[in-house]
Amino acid sequence: MTLMTILSVMLDAVQDPSFMAKFGAGLGAGLGVIGAGLGIGKIGSSAMEAIARQPESVGDIRSNMIIAAALVEGVAFFAVVCCLLVIVG
Amino acid sequence: MDLLKRIILISLIFITAGNVSAQTEDGNADATTKESTEFNAGPFIMNHIGDSYEWHVATFGDFHLSLPLPCILYSSNSGLHIFSSSNFHHGHAEYEGFKISESDPNKGKIVEVATGERPWDFSITKNVLAMLFSMCLICFMFIGMKKYYARNVGKAPHGFYNALEILVLFVRDDIAYASLGKKNGDKFMPFLMTVFFFIFVNNILGLIPIIPGGANLTGNIAVTCVLALFTFFITTFSGNKEYWQDIFWPHGVPLWLKCPPIIPIVELMGVFTKPIVLMVRLFANITAGHIIALSFYSLIFIFGAKSVVAGYSVASVSVVFTIFMSVLELLVAFIQAYVFTLLSSIYFSMAIGGEHEEETAKQLIN
Repeated sequence: MTLMTILSVMLDAVQDPSFMAKFGAGLGAGLGVIGAGLGIGKIGSSAMEAIARQPESVGDIRSNMIIAAALVEGVAFFAVVCCLLVIVG
Repeated sequence: MDLLKRIILISLIFITAGNVSAQTEDGNADATTKESTEFNAGPFIMNHIGDSYEWHVATFGDFHLSLPLPCILYSSNSGLHIFSSSNFHHGHAEYEGFKISESDPNKGKIVEVATGERPWDFSITKNVLAMLFSMCLICFMFIGMKKYYARNVGKAPHGFYNALEILVLFVRDDIAYASLGKKNGDKFMPFLMTVFFFIFVNNILGLIPIIPGGANLTGNIAVTCVLALFTFFITTFSGNKEYWQDIFWPHGVPLWLKCPPIIPIVELMGVFTKPIVLMVRLFANITAGHIIALSFYSLIFIFGAKSVVAGYSVASVSVVFTIFMSVLELLVAFIQAYVFTLLSSIYFSMAIGGEHEEETAKQLIN
C-alpha cells in the first residue's frame, strides 16, 4: 500500500514517462550483482581453505579460482547489460 | 627488409597523426554554449565507449582537436561515396545527401537525408582504425619475434622478446596443450594465439587514453561477436561423429529424456549459447570497466561544476579510485583474453572428441 503511494508520488514528480522501467532496471542490476557477489565469495572461500590445506598447490588453485570467478562474473554481466539496455534503449 | 618495414610502419603512424586537423565548434550558438558550460557525464562516457566517424584527440575549451576519418558509403540510390567525415562538421551539416542521424534508431550513424535509411557503410571509423593499428602492432611484434628466433637459434631471448616469450609459452602450455594435448594443440595453436593476443593487445590499447589507444575495440559487441563466431565455426566444422552424438543422442541418458527430445534440445541450445556467452562476457567486462573508470574520473568534473573547491577536494579521492580501477582493468584485460582463449580451447577439445583424453592422461602420469 505505502509502496504504491510512494510510486504514484514519484510518478507525479518525474516528467519522464519511462521512469518505472529505469527504476526496474536499476533494481534488476543490483539484484543480479548480489548473485555474483555470493558466487565469487564462495569460490574465494573454498580456494582459501584449499590453499590452507595444501600450501604447495597455490598456483593451480589460484588459476582455477580465477577461471571460475570469470565465468560467474560473465553471468552477472548478462544481468547488468540487460538493465543497461533498458535504460539507454 | 626489416628496417624498411619499420620505416614504413612508423611513417604511416606519423602520416595519420599529421592529418589531425583542428576543428572549432561554429554556429549553433545556443547549443554549444550550453554544452561548454555544463558537464554532461552521460554523453561524455558514451562518446568514449562508442564508435564514431572521427577520432577525438583533445578539447581545449571550445577548440576540438580531432582526426577526421574517411567515410566510405554505398547507397542503392546514388552509388559509391568516399569523403572525409570533416564534411559533416561534427554532425551539424549534410553532405552529398547524407547526414549523421540524431534520432533514435540510428543515432550517431550516417543516414540518407531523403529516406532516413542507412546506406551500406564501409567507413573507416575509430574502431576500424584502432583494429588496423593493433593488427599492425601484433604483426610487427610477431614477425620480429620470428626473425629474432631464427637468428638466435637455441639461445635464450633478451629484452622485449623475453617478455613476449612468457606470454607465448603460457598460451601454448597452459591453454592449448593443457586442454588439447600436444598433437591437436599444435593444430589449433595459430587460432588460439591470434585470438589471445588480439584480445589482450586491444584491451590494453583501450586503456591508454591518448591516440592511437583509447578506442574500446573489444567493448564493441560486433567485434566480440565475430571472435565468438570464429570459435563457433571452428567447433562446428571440427566436430566429429562422437561430438554430434553427444548432443543429439547422449550416452548414459535415460530414454524418456531422449525420446520426446528434451536433453537433445537443451544440448543444441548449449551449442549456440556457449559462443553467445563468450561474446557477452568479453563485451560486458571491458565496457563495464571503461564505464566505471570514466565515471570515477567524471566525478571530478561533476563536483567541479557545482563549486571549484568541491571539484578540487573530490579530485584526490577520484584520482585514487581511477588508478585503482585502471589497475583492475589491466588485470581484467589479461583475464578476459585468457578466459576467452581457454574456453575456446575447451570447446575445441570437446569437439574433436575423446582422442585427447588418452594423451592428457599420459601427460598426467608422466
